[in-house]
Amino acid sequence: MTAALSIRNLTKTYGDGFQALKGISLEVQPGDFFALLGPNGAGKSTTIGIICSLLRKTSGAVEVFGIDTDTHFSQAKMNIGVVPQEFNFSMFEKVLDIITQQGGYYGIPVKLARERAEKYLRQLGLWDKRNTPARMLSGGMKRRLMIARALVHNPGLLILDEPTAGVDIELRRSMWDFLKQINAAGTTIILTTHYLEEAESLCRNVAIIDHGEIIKNTSIRELLKELNREVFILDCSGELTEAPAVPEFQTRLLDEHSFEVEIEKGQSLNGLFSALSSQGVNIVSMRNKANRLEELFMAMVANNQHRGQQEGE
Amino acid sequence: MNYQEQWVALYTLVSKEIRRFTRIWVQTLLPPAITMALYFVIFGKLIGSRIGDMGGFTYIQFVVPGLIMMAVLTNSYSNVTSSFFSAKFQRSVEELLVSPTPNYIILLGFCLGGMARGLGVGAIVTALSLFFTSLPVHNWAVVVTIVTLTAMLFALAGFINAVFANTFDDISIVPTFVLTPLTYLGGVFFSIDLLSEFWQGVARLNPILYMVNTFRYGLLGVSDVNVTWAIVGLVVCVVALFIIALYLLKNGTRLRA
Repeated sequence: MTAALSIRNLTKTYGDGFQALKGISLEVQPGDFFALLGPNGAGKSTTIGIICSLLRKTSGAVEVFGIDTDTHFSQAKMNIGVVPQEFNFSMFEKVLDIITQQGGYYGIPVKLARERAEKYLRQLGLWDKRNTPARMLSGGMKRRLMIARALVHNPGLLILDEPTAGVDIELRRSMWDFLKQINAAGTTIILTTHYLEEAESLCRNVAIIDHGEIIKNTSIRELLKELNREVFILDCSGELTEAPAVPEFQTRLLDEHSFEVEIEKGQSLNGLFSALSSQGVNIVSMRNKANRLEELFMAMVANNQHRGQQEGE
Repeated sequence: MNYQEQWVALYTLVSKEIRRFTRIWVQTLLPPAITMALYFVIFGKLIGSRIGDMGGFTYIQFVVPGLIMMAVLTNSYSNVTSSFFSAKFQRSVEELLVSPTPNYIILLGFCLGGMARGLGVGAIVTALSLFFTSLPVHNWAVVVTIVTLTAMLFALAGFINAVFANTFDDISIVPTFVLTPLTYLGGVFFSIDLLSEFWQGVARLNPILYMVNTFRYGLLGVSDVNVTWAIVGLVVCVVALFIIALYLLKNGTRLRA
Protein backbone atom coordinates (compact mmCIF):
# COMPACT_ATOMS: atom_id res chain seq x y z
CA MET A 1 0.00 0.00 0.00
CA THR A 2 1.28 3.49 -0.82
CA ALA A 3 2.13 5.39 2.34
CA ALA A 4 0.19 8.58 3.09
CA LEU A 5 3.52 10.18 3.92
CA SER A 6 6.96 8.88 3.14
CA ILE A 7 10.07 10.76 4.25
CA ARG A 8 13.50 9.49 3.30
CA ASN A 9 16.82 10.76 4.66
CA LEU A 10 15.48 14.24 5.23
CA THR A 11 18.06 16.78 6.31
CA LYS A 12 17.79 20.45 7.03
CA THR A 13 20.68 22.76 7.80
CA TYR A 14 19.84 26.42 8.35
CA GLY A 15 21.96 29.26 7.05
CA ASP A 16 23.71 29.68 10.40
CA GLY A 17 24.91 26.07 10.21
CA PHE A 18 22.38 24.67 12.69
CA GLN A 19 21.43 21.14 11.64
CA ALA A 20 17.74 20.84 12.50
CA LEU A 21 17.19 17.45 10.82
CA LYS A 22 19.89 14.82 10.53
CA GLY A 23 18.54 12.44 7.91
CA ILE A 24 15.20 11.32 9.27
CA SER A 25 13.09 8.64 7.57
CA LEU A 26 9.47 8.03 8.35
CA GLU A 27 6.38 6.37 6.91
CA VAL A 28 2.80 7.07 7.87
CA GLN A 29 0.18 4.68 6.54
CA PRO A 30 -3.17 5.82 5.10
CA GLY A 31 -5.85 6.18 7.76
CA ASP A 32 -3.34 6.37 10.59
CA PHE A 33 -3.52 8.80 13.49
CA PHE A 34 0.17 9.43 13.99
CA ALA A 35 1.90 11.35 16.76
CA LEU A 36 5.16 13.18 16.13
CA LEU A 37 6.55 13.96 19.53
CA GLY A 38 9.66 15.68 20.73
CA PRO A 39 10.89 18.41 23.03
CA ASN A 40 11.02 22.03 21.89
CA GLY A 41 13.56 22.50 19.10
CA ALA A 42 13.68 18.77 18.32
CA GLY A 43 12.76 19.26 14.65
CA LYS A 44 8.99 18.60 14.60
CA SER A 45 7.95 21.94 13.13
CA THR A 46 10.89 21.87 10.71
CA THR A 47 9.71 18.49 9.44
CA ILE A 48 6.16 19.79 9.02
CA GLY A 49 7.42 22.99 7.37
CA ILE A 50 9.29 20.94 4.78
CA ILE A 51 6.35 18.61 4.10
CA CYS A 52 4.04 21.54 3.35
CA SER A 53 6.81 23.48 1.54
CA LEU A 54 7.09 26.40 3.94
CA LEU A 55 10.72 25.44 4.44
CA ARG A 56 13.31 24.23 1.94
CA LYS A 57 14.94 20.93 2.72
CA THR A 58 18.70 20.49 2.42
CA SER A 59 18.42 16.93 1.09
CA GLY A 60 16.16 13.91 1.13
CA ALA A 61 12.77 13.13 -0.36
CA VAL A 62 9.17 13.61 0.69
CA GLU A 63 6.24 11.81 -0.91
CA VAL A 64 2.57 12.33 -0.11
CA PHE A 65 0.40 9.39 -1.22
CA GLY A 66 3.26 8.41 -3.53
CA ILE A 67 3.54 11.89 -5.09
CA ASP A 68 6.97 13.50 -4.91
CA THR A 69 6.75 17.01 -3.47
CA ASP A 70 9.74 18.11 -5.59
CA THR A 71 8.59 16.97 -9.00
CA HIS A 72 4.77 17.20 -8.60
CA PHE A 73 4.41 19.85 -5.93
CA SER A 74 0.97 20.99 -7.08
CA GLN A 75 -0.56 17.48 -6.93
CA ALA A 76 1.17 16.73 -3.64
CA LYS A 77 -0.11 19.93 -2.04
CA MET A 78 -3.67 19.09 -3.07
CA ASN A 79 -3.44 16.16 -0.62
CA ILE A 80 -2.10 18.09 2.37
CA GLY A 81 -3.98 20.19 4.90
CA VAL A 82 -1.91 21.92 7.54
CA VAL A 83 -2.79 23.53 10.86
CA PRO A 84 0.32 25.41 11.96
CA GLN A 85 1.40 26.22 15.46
CA GLU A 86 1.11 29.99 15.03
CA PHE A 87 -2.00 31.81 13.82
CA ASN A 88 -1.39 32.56 10.17
CA PHE A 89 -4.48 34.19 8.77
CA SER A 90 -5.36 37.80 8.13
CA MET A 91 -6.79 39.15 11.38
CA PHE A 92 -8.95 41.60 9.44
CA GLU A 93 -10.78 39.05 7.30
CA LYS A 94 -14.07 37.48 8.28
CA VAL A 95 -14.11 33.82 9.34
CA LEU A 96 -16.17 32.63 6.35
CA ASP A 97 -14.04 34.63 3.89
CA ILE A 98 -10.80 33.12 5.25
CA ILE A 99 -12.03 29.59 4.60
CA THR A 100 -13.66 30.34 1.25
CA GLN A 101 -10.51 32.07 0.01
CA GLN A 102 -8.39 29.13 1.06
CA GLY A 103 -10.67 26.93 -1.01
CA GLY A 104 -10.10 29.28 -3.93
CA TYR A 105 -6.34 28.83 -3.64
CA TYR A 106 -6.96 25.12 -4.21
CA GLY A 107 -9.10 25.85 -7.26
CA ILE A 108 -12.41 25.20 -5.50
CA PRO A 109 -15.23 27.39 -6.85
CA VAL A 110 -16.78 29.86 -4.40
CA LYS A 111 -20.13 28.06 -4.11
CA LEU A 112 -18.56 24.71 -3.22
CA ALA A 113 -16.01 26.33 -0.91
CA ARG A 114 -18.84 28.07 0.97
CA GLU A 115 -20.75 24.80 1.34
CA ARG A 116 -17.70 23.10 2.79
CA ALA A 117 -16.91 26.09 4.98
CA GLU A 118 -20.44 25.94 6.41
CA LYS A 119 -20.12 22.20 7.05
CA TYR A 120 -16.86 22.50 8.97
CA LEU A 121 -17.76 25.72 10.77
CA ARG A 122 -20.96 24.07 12.02
CA GLN A 123 -19.07 20.94 13.10
CA LEU A 124 -16.51 23.03 14.94
CA GLY A 125 -19.08 25.31 16.54
CA LEU A 126 -18.03 28.45 14.69
CA TRP A 127 -20.96 28.98 12.32
CA ASP A 128 -22.37 31.79 14.48
CA LYS A 129 -19.04 33.59 14.11
CA ARG A 130 -18.87 33.31 10.32
CA ASN A 131 -19.15 37.07 9.78
CA THR A 132 -16.85 38.01 12.64
CA PRO A 133 -13.37 39.37 11.82
CA ALA A 134 -10.76 36.82 12.88
CA ARG A 135 -9.12 39.22 15.34
CA MET A 136 -12.32 39.19 17.44
CA LEU A 137 -12.15 35.42 18.05
CA SER A 138 -10.83 33.80 21.21
CA GLY A 139 -7.66 31.68 21.07
CA GLY A 140 -9.63 28.44 20.95
CA MET A 141 -11.86 29.74 18.17
CA LYS A 142 -8.83 30.78 16.13
CA ARG A 143 -7.42 27.25 16.46
CA ARG A 144 -10.72 25.77 15.27
CA LEU A 145 -10.81 28.25 12.40
CA MET A 146 -7.41 26.99 11.26
CA ILE A 147 -8.68 23.39 11.39
CA ALA A 148 -11.73 24.28 9.27
CA ARG A 149 -9.49 26.14 6.83
CA ALA A 150 -7.13 23.17 6.52
CA LEU A 151 -10.02 20.86 5.66
CA VAL A 152 -11.75 22.98 3.00
CA HIS A 153 -10.08 21.11 0.12
CA ASN A 154 -10.75 17.69 1.70
CA PRO A 155 -7.08 16.68 2.07
CA GLY A 156 -6.14 13.04 2.52
CA LEU A 157 -3.41 14.01 4.97
CA LEU A 158 -4.04 16.50 7.77
CA ILE A 159 -1.04 17.78 9.70
CA LEU A 160 -1.70 19.44 13.04
CA ASP A 161 1.14 21.24 14.78
CA GLU A 162 0.10 21.60 18.42
CA PRO A 163 -3.55 22.27 17.59
CA THR A 164 -4.77 22.37 21.18
CA ALA A 165 -2.04 24.58 22.65
CA GLY A 166 -3.65 27.04 25.04
CA VAL A 167 -7.11 25.54 24.59
CA ASP A 168 -9.22 24.80 27.69
CA ILE A 169 -9.94 21.18 28.64
CA GLU A 170 -13.59 21.12 27.54
CA LEU A 171 -12.79 22.54 24.14
CA ARG A 172 -9.77 20.26 23.78
CA ARG A 173 -11.99 17.23 24.36
CA SER A 174 -14.48 18.43 21.72
CA MET A 175 -11.60 18.95 19.28
CA TRP A 176 -10.39 15.41 20.01
CA ASP A 177 -13.86 14.09 19.19
CA PHE A 178 -13.89 16.02 15.92
CA LEU A 179 -10.43 14.77 14.95
CA LYS A 180 -11.43 11.18 15.78
CA GLN A 181 -14.46 11.60 13.51
CA ILE A 182 -12.53 12.82 10.50
CA ASN A 183 -9.86 10.17 11.08
CA ALA A 184 -12.59 7.51 11.18
CA ALA A 185 -13.89 8.93 7.89
CA GLY A 186 -10.52 8.17 6.29
CA THR A 187 -8.32 11.24 6.77
CA THR A 188 -4.77 10.41 7.81
CA ILE A 189 -3.70 12.65 10.67
CA ILE A 190 -0.25 13.60 11.89
CA LEU A 191 -0.28 15.36 15.23
CA THR A 192 2.43 17.10 17.17
CA THR A 193 1.58 17.98 20.73
CA HIS A 194 3.08 18.68 24.11
CA TYR A 195 0.07 17.11 25.82
CA LEU A 196 1.13 13.50 25.87
CA GLU A 197 -2.22 12.30 27.15
CA GLU A 198 -3.55 13.73 23.89
CA ALA A 199 -1.21 11.57 21.83
CA GLU A 200 -2.00 8.54 24.00
CA SER A 201 -5.71 9.11 23.67
CA LEU A 202 -5.84 9.81 19.94
CA CYS A 203 -2.91 8.22 18.16
CA ARG A 204 -2.14 4.67 17.11
CA ASN A 205 1.48 5.17 16.08
CA VAL A 206 4.20 7.48 17.23
CA ALA A 207 7.62 8.78 16.32
CA ILE A 208 9.75 10.55 18.88
CA ILE A 209 12.19 13.04 17.46
CA ASP A 210 15.03 14.63 19.39
CA HIS A 211 17.95 16.75 18.20
CA GLY A 212 16.91 16.17 14.57
CA GLU A 213 16.87 12.39 14.83
CA ILE A 214 14.05 9.90 15.24
CA ILE A 215 14.81 8.01 18.41
CA LYS A 216 11.68 5.88 18.42
CA ASN A 217 9.10 4.92 15.78
CA THR A 218 6.53 2.38 16.84
CA SER A 219 2.89 1.94 17.88
CA ILE A 220 1.66 3.60 21.06
CA ARG A 221 0.74 0.14 22.38
CA GLU A 222 4.27 -1.21 21.84
CA LEU A 223 5.77 1.91 23.30
CA LEU A 224 3.74 1.65 26.48
CA LYS A 225 4.91 -1.95 26.90
CA GLU A 226 8.37 -0.53 27.44
CA LEU A 227 7.20 1.23 30.52
CA ASN A 228 8.98 -0.62 33.37
CA ARG A 229 7.69 1.30 36.33
CA GLU A 230 4.80 3.54 37.17
CA VAL A 231 4.22 5.84 40.11
CA PHE A 232 0.74 5.93 41.61
CA ILE A 233 -0.68 8.34 44.14
CA LEU A 234 -2.89 6.73 46.77
CA ASP A 235 -5.31 8.80 48.84
CA CYS A 236 -6.44 7.45 52.20
CA SER A 237 -9.28 8.37 54.55
CA GLY A 238 -7.24 8.56 57.76
CA GLU A 239 -4.33 10.81 58.66
CA LEU A 240 -0.76 9.69 57.95
CA THR A 241 2.37 10.82 59.77
CA GLU A 242 4.74 8.80 57.61
CA ALA A 243 4.55 6.74 54.43
CA PRO A 244 3.34 3.18 55.12
CA ALA A 245 6.22 0.69 54.87
CA VAL A 246 5.33 -2.10 52.45
CA PRO A 247 7.82 -4.87 51.57
CA GLU A 248 8.99 -4.80 47.90
CA PHE A 249 7.37 -1.39 47.27
CA GLN A 250 8.94 2.03 47.58
CA THR A 251 6.62 4.56 49.18
CA ARG A 252 6.90 8.27 49.90
CA LEU A 253 4.63 10.51 51.94
CA LEU A 254 3.11 13.42 50.02
CA ASP A 255 0.83 14.92 52.67
CA GLU A 256 -1.21 13.72 55.64
CA HIS A 257 -3.79 12.04 53.40
CA SER A 258 -1.76 10.75 50.46
CA PHE A 259 1.44 8.97 49.55
CA GLU A 260 3.00 7.69 46.35
CA VAL A 261 4.13 4.20 45.54
CA GLU A 262 6.41 2.89 42.76
CA ILE A 263 5.17 -0.22 41.04
CA GLU A 264 7.49 -2.26 38.82
CA LYS A 265 6.22 -3.85 35.61
CA GLY A 266 4.51 -7.20 36.40
CA GLN A 267 4.39 -6.56 40.11
CA SER A 268 1.10 -7.69 41.71
CA LEU A 269 -0.89 -5.09 43.62
CA ASN A 270 -2.58 -7.63 45.88
CA GLY A 271 0.38 -7.66 48.27
CA LEU A 272 0.39 -3.88 48.43
CA PHE A 273 -3.27 -3.60 49.30
CA SER A 274 -3.25 -6.42 51.85
CA ALA A 275 -0.19 -4.89 53.56
CA LEU A 276 -1.87 -1.50 53.67
CA SER A 277 -5.08 -3.05 54.94
CA SER A 278 -3.26 -4.88 57.74
CA GLN A 279 -1.72 -1.55 58.81
CA GLY A 280 -5.20 0.00 58.97
CA VAL A 281 -4.60 2.27 55.98
CA ASN A 282 -7.90 2.72 54.16
CA ILE A 283 -7.34 3.62 50.46
CA VAL A 284 -10.15 5.70 48.94
CA SER A 285 -8.66 6.51 45.53
CA MET A 286 -5.68 5.79 43.31
CA ARG A 287 -4.31 7.55 40.23
CA ASN A 288 -1.25 7.71 38.00
CA LYS A 289 1.21 10.37 39.13
CA ALA A 290 2.05 11.22 35.53
CA ASN A 291 0.73 10.26 32.15
CA ARG A 292 2.26 6.90 31.18
CA LEU A 293 3.51 8.16 27.83
CA GLU A 294 4.98 11.21 29.50
CA GLU A 295 7.14 9.04 31.74
CA LEU A 296 8.45 7.09 28.76
CA PHE A 297 8.99 10.22 26.73
CA MET A 298 11.01 11.89 29.47
CA ALA A 299 13.13 8.76 29.92
CA MET A 300 13.84 8.45 26.20
CA VAL A 301 14.72 12.07 25.71
CA ALA A 302 16.95 11.99 28.79
CA ASN A 303 18.69 8.85 27.49
CA ASN A 304 19.20 10.45 24.10
CA GLN A 305 20.70 13.56 25.65
CA HIS A 306 22.97 11.44 27.84
CA ARG A 307 24.12 9.44 24.79
CA GLY A 308 24.74 12.68 22.87
CA GLN A 309 26.86 14.04 25.71
CA GLN A 310 28.89 10.81 25.87
CA GLU A 311 29.50 10.91 22.10
CA GLY A 312 30.52 14.54 22.46
CA GLU A 313 33.11 13.61 25.09
CA MET B 1 -3.76 22.52 -10.95
CA ASN B 2 -5.55 22.66 -14.26
CA TYR B 3 -6.28 25.97 -15.99
CA GLN B 4 -9.78 26.23 -14.59
CA GLU B 5 -8.48 25.77 -11.03
CA GLN B 6 -5.74 28.32 -11.68
CA TRP B 7 -8.38 30.76 -12.89
CA VAL B 8 -10.36 30.22 -9.67
CA ALA B 9 -7.18 30.85 -7.63
CA LEU B 10 -6.44 34.06 -9.57
CA TYR B 11 -10.03 35.28 -9.24
CA THR B 12 -9.94 34.55 -5.50
CA LEU B 13 -6.71 36.45 -4.99
CA VAL B 14 -7.68 39.47 -7.09
CA SER B 15 -11.13 39.78 -5.52
CA LYS B 16 -9.55 39.48 -2.07
CA GLU B 17 -7.12 42.28 -2.92
CA ILE B 18 -9.88 44.51 -4.25
CA ARG B 19 -12.01 43.82 -1.17
CA ARG B 20 -9.02 44.76 0.99
CA PHE B 21 -8.49 48.23 -0.42
CA THR B 22 -12.18 49.03 -0.80
CA ARG B 23 -12.82 47.95 2.83
CA ILE B 24 -10.32 50.59 3.97
CA TRP B 25 -11.30 53.17 1.34
CA VAL B 26 -10.78 56.01 3.83
CA GLN B 27 -7.07 55.09 3.83
CA THR B 28 -6.71 54.04 0.21
CA LEU B 29 -9.09 55.95 -2.06
CA LEU B 30 -9.99 59.15 -0.25
CA PRO B 31 -6.53 60.63 0.55
CA PRO B 32 -5.26 60.65 -3.07
CA ALA B 33 -8.56 62.17 -4.21
CA ILE B 34 -8.22 64.99 -1.66
CA THR B 35 -4.52 65.54 -2.43
CA MET B 36 -5.14 65.73 -6.17
CA ALA B 37 -8.13 68.04 -5.73
CA LEU B 38 -5.82 70.38 -3.79
CA TYR B 39 -3.25 70.20 -6.61
CA PHE B 40 -5.99 71.13 -9.10
CA VAL B 41 -7.10 74.08 -6.97
CA ILE B 42 -3.60 75.40 -6.25
CA PHE B 43 -1.70 74.68 -9.46
CA GLY B 44 -4.67 74.84 -11.74
CA LYS B 45 -6.72 77.75 -10.52
CA LEU B 46 -4.66 79.84 -8.08
CA ILE B 47 -1.13 79.67 -9.56
CA GLY B 48 -1.86 78.22 -12.98
CA SER B 49 -3.75 81.27 -14.22
CA ARG B 50 -0.57 83.34 -13.66
CA ILE B 51 1.73 80.85 -15.37
CA GLY B 52 -0.11 80.93 -18.64
CA ASP B 53 -0.04 78.34 -21.43
CA MET B 54 2.39 75.44 -21.61
CA GLY B 55 2.83 73.33 -24.74
CA GLY B 56 -0.15 75.07 -26.27
CA PHE B 57 -2.53 74.17 -23.42
CA THR B 58 -3.65 75.90 -20.25
CA TYR B 59 -1.45 75.06 -17.28
CA ILE B 60 -4.13 72.98 -15.59
CA GLN B 61 -4.66 70.94 -18.77
CA PHE B 62 -0.90 70.43 -18.91
CA VAL B 63 -0.55 69.19 -15.32
CA VAL B 64 -3.67 66.99 -15.19
CA PRO B 65 -2.14 64.04 -17.15
CA GLY B 66 0.93 64.08 -14.89
CA LEU B 67 -1.18 64.19 -11.74
CA ILE B 68 -3.34 61.30 -12.96
CA MET B 69 -0.21 59.30 -13.72
CA MET B 70 1.26 60.19 -10.33
CA ALA B 71 -1.88 58.84 -8.64
CA VAL B 72 -1.79 55.64 -10.72
CA LEU B 73 1.83 54.77 -10.09
CA THR B 74 1.98 55.63 -6.38
CA ASN B 75 -1.22 53.74 -5.60
CA SER B 76 -0.29 50.67 -7.66
CA TYR B 77 3.02 50.56 -5.85
CA SER B 78 1.79 51.18 -2.33
CA ASN B 79 -1.12 48.74 -2.62
CA VAL B 80 1.13 45.80 -3.39
CA THR B 81 3.84 46.73 -0.88
CA SER B 82 1.38 47.15 1.97
CA SER B 83 -0.74 44.12 1.08
CA PHE B 84 2.10 41.66 0.48
CA PHE B 85 4.17 42.90 3.39
CA SER B 86 1.14 42.67 5.70
CA ALA B 87 0.59 39.12 4.49
CA LYS B 88 4.22 38.36 5.32
CA PHE B 89 3.99 40.15 8.68
CA GLN B 90 0.78 38.34 9.72
CA ARG B 91 2.08 35.12 8.13
CA SER B 92 -1.14 34.86 6.12
CA VAL B 93 1.08 34.55 3.05
CA GLU B 94 1.55 30.95 4.23
CA GLU B 95 -2.05 30.30 3.14
CA LEU B 96 -0.79 30.78 -0.40
CA LEU B 97 2.59 29.14 0.02
CA VAL B 98 1.11 25.85 1.26
CA SER B 99 -1.48 25.82 -1.52
CA PRO B 100 -0.91 24.46 -5.02
CA THR B 101 -1.39 27.95 -6.52
CA PRO B 102 1.48 28.47 -8.99
CA ASN B 103 3.90 31.32 -8.30
CA TYR B 104 2.91 33.24 -11.41
CA ILE B 105 -0.72 33.26 -10.27
CA ILE B 106 0.33 34.59 -6.85
CA LEU B 107 2.37 37.32 -8.52
CA LEU B 108 -0.37 38.17 -11.01
CA GLY B 109 -2.99 38.22 -8.27
CA PHE B 110 -1.15 40.77 -6.15
CA CYS B 111 -0.18 42.86 -9.19
CA LEU B 112 -3.71 42.92 -10.62
CA GLY B 113 -4.96 43.97 -7.19
CA GLY B 114 -2.42 46.80 -7.15
CA MET B 115 -3.33 47.79 -10.70
CA ALA B 116 -7.01 47.82 -9.78
CA ARG B 117 -6.32 50.33 -7.01
CA GLY B 118 -3.96 52.39 -9.17
CA LEU B 119 -6.41 52.55 -12.06
CA GLY B 120 -9.36 53.09 -9.70
CA VAL B 121 -7.66 56.07 -8.06
CA GLY B 122 -6.61 57.27 -11.53
CA ALA B 123 -10.27 57.19 -12.59
CA ILE B 124 -11.34 59.12 -9.46
CA VAL B 125 -8.64 61.75 -10.08
CA THR B 126 -9.67 62.00 -13.74
CA ALA B 127 -13.30 62.51 -12.74
CA LEU B 128 -12.25 65.22 -10.25
CA SER B 129 -10.12 66.97 -12.86
CA LEU B 130 -13.20 67.39 -15.04
CA PHE B 131 -14.57 69.84 -12.45
CA PHE B 132 -11.58 72.09 -13.18
CA THR B 133 -10.90 71.67 -16.89
CA SER B 134 -11.89 69.80 -20.02
CA LEU B 135 -9.74 66.85 -20.95
CA PRO B 136 -9.40 65.90 -24.63
CA VAL B 137 -8.25 62.44 -25.64
CA HIS B 138 -5.79 62.50 -28.54
CA ASN B 139 -5.16 58.73 -28.77
CA TRP B 140 -7.16 56.21 -26.73
CA ALA B 141 -4.81 53.31 -27.55
CA VAL B 142 -1.79 55.16 -26.16
CA VAL B 143 -3.74 56.24 -23.06
CA VAL B 144 -4.91 52.71 -22.24
CA THR B 145 -1.54 51.10 -23.05
CA ILE B 146 0.63 53.50 -21.07
CA VAL B 147 -1.60 53.65 -18.03
CA THR B 148 -1.91 49.85 -17.89
CA LEU B 149 1.82 49.27 -18.36
CA THR B 150 2.71 51.90 -15.76
CA ALA B 151 0.31 50.43 -13.21
CA MET B 152 1.74 46.94 -13.87
CA LEU B 153 5.34 48.13 -13.64
CA PHE B 154 4.84 49.85 -10.30
CA ALA B 155 2.78 46.98 -8.93
CA LEU B 156 5.69 44.65 -9.77
CA ALA B 157 8.20 47.04 -8.24
CA GLY B 158 6.04 47.22 -5.12
CA PHE B 159 5.96 43.43 -4.94
CA ILE B 160 9.75 43.22 -5.08
CA ASN B 161 10.02 45.91 -2.40
CA ALA B 162 7.62 43.93 -0.18
CA VAL B 163 9.55 40.70 -0.68
CA PHE B 164 12.75 42.29 0.63
CA ALA B 165 11.10 44.40 3.35
CA ASN B 166 11.66 43.28 6.92
CA THR B 167 9.91 46.15 8.68
CA PHE B 168 7.16 48.66 7.90
CA ASP B 169 9.91 51.28 7.54
CA ASP B 170 11.32 49.30 4.62
CA ILE B 171 8.13 49.70 2.63
CA SER B 172 8.07 53.48 3.01
CA ILE B 173 11.71 54.17 2.12
CA VAL B 174 11.36 53.72 -1.65
CA PRO B 175 8.13 55.77 -2.01
CA THR B 176 9.52 58.58 0.14
CA PHE B 177 13.09 58.81 -1.10
CA VAL B 178 12.85 57.50 -4.65
CA LEU B 179 9.34 57.58 -6.08
CA THR B 180 8.22 61.00 -4.86
CA PRO B 181 11.35 62.91 -6.03
CA LEU B 182 11.39 61.11 -9.38
CA THR B 183 7.68 61.82 -9.89
CA TYR B 184 7.96 65.51 -9.01
CA LEU B 185 10.99 65.86 -11.30
CA GLY B 186 9.40 63.65 -13.99
CA GLY B 187 7.70 66.39 -15.94
CA VAL B 188 4.42 66.40 -14.03
CA PHE B 189 4.46 70.14 -13.47
CA PHE B 190 6.72 71.36 -16.27
CA SER B 191 7.97 70.64 -19.76
CA ILE B 192 11.66 69.73 -19.89
CA ASP B 193 11.99 72.26 -22.70
CA LEU B 194 12.16 74.82 -19.89
CA LEU B 195 15.40 73.25 -18.60
CA SER B 196 18.93 73.91 -19.80
CA GLU B 197 20.48 71.30 -22.09
CA PHE B 198 22.46 69.74 -19.24
CA TRP B 199 19.41 69.37 -16.97
CA GLN B 200 17.36 68.07 -19.91
CA GLY B 201 19.94 65.27 -20.20
CA VAL B 202 19.64 64.55 -16.49
CA ALA B 203 15.85 64.61 -16.69
CA ARG B 204 15.91 62.06 -19.52
CA LEU B 205 17.47 59.55 -17.11
CA ASN B 206 14.27 59.62 -15.08
CA PRO B 207 11.97 56.77 -16.24
CA ILE B 208 8.87 58.48 -14.88
CA LEU B 209 9.40 61.32 -17.37
CA TYR B 210 8.67 58.88 -20.21
CA MET B 211 5.48 57.57 -18.61
CA VAL B 212 4.11 61.00 -17.81
CA ASN B 213 4.92 62.39 -21.24
CA THR B 214 3.56 59.39 -23.11
CA PHE B 215 0.32 59.64 -21.14
CA ARG B 216 0.24 63.38 -21.83
CA TYR B 217 0.67 62.58 -25.50
CA GLY B 218 -2.28 60.18 -25.35
CA LEU B 219 -4.49 62.90 -23.89
CA LEU B 220 -3.18 66.16 -25.34
CA GLY B 221 -1.04 65.05 -28.29
CA VAL B 222 2.13 66.73 -26.96
CA SER B 223 5.21 65.05 -25.51
CA ASP B 224 8.86 65.74 -24.65
CA VAL B 225 9.85 62.14 -25.47
CA ASN B 226 9.54 59.58 -28.26
CA VAL B 227 6.27 57.79 -27.46
CA THR B 228 7.05 54.55 -29.33
CA TRP B 229 10.38 54.07 -27.60
CA ALA B 230 8.82 54.93 -24.26
CA ILE B 231 6.23 52.15 -24.68
CA VAL B 232 8.84 49.64 -25.90
CA GLY B 233 11.07 50.51 -22.94
CA LEU B 234 8.17 50.12 -20.55
CA VAL B 235 7.26 46.69 -21.94
CA VAL B 236 10.88 45.57 -21.51
CA CYS B 237 10.91 46.83 -17.91
CA VAL B 238 7.60 45.09 -17.10
CA VAL B 239 8.87 41.78 -18.51
CA ALA B 240 12.18 42.14 -16.64
CA LEU B 241 10.53 42.93 -13.30
CA PHE B 242 8.02 40.10 -13.78
CA ILE B 243 10.86 37.63 -14.28
CA ILE B 244 12.76 38.97 -11.27
CA ALA B 245 9.67 38.86 -9.03
CA LEU B 246 8.85 35.35 -10.21
CA TYR B 247 12.40 34.22 -9.47
CA LEU B 248 12.18 35.67 -5.95
CA LEU B 249 8.93 33.80 -5.34
CA LYS B 250 10.26 30.54 -6.77
CA ASN B 251 13.42 30.89 -4.73
CA GLY B 252 11.40 31.69 -1.61
CA THR B 253 13.52 34.77 -0.94
CA ARG B 254 12.64 36.11 2.54
CA LEU B 255 9.61 33.79 2.46
CA ARG B 256 10.93 30.29 2.94
CA ALA B 257 13.88 29.57 5.25
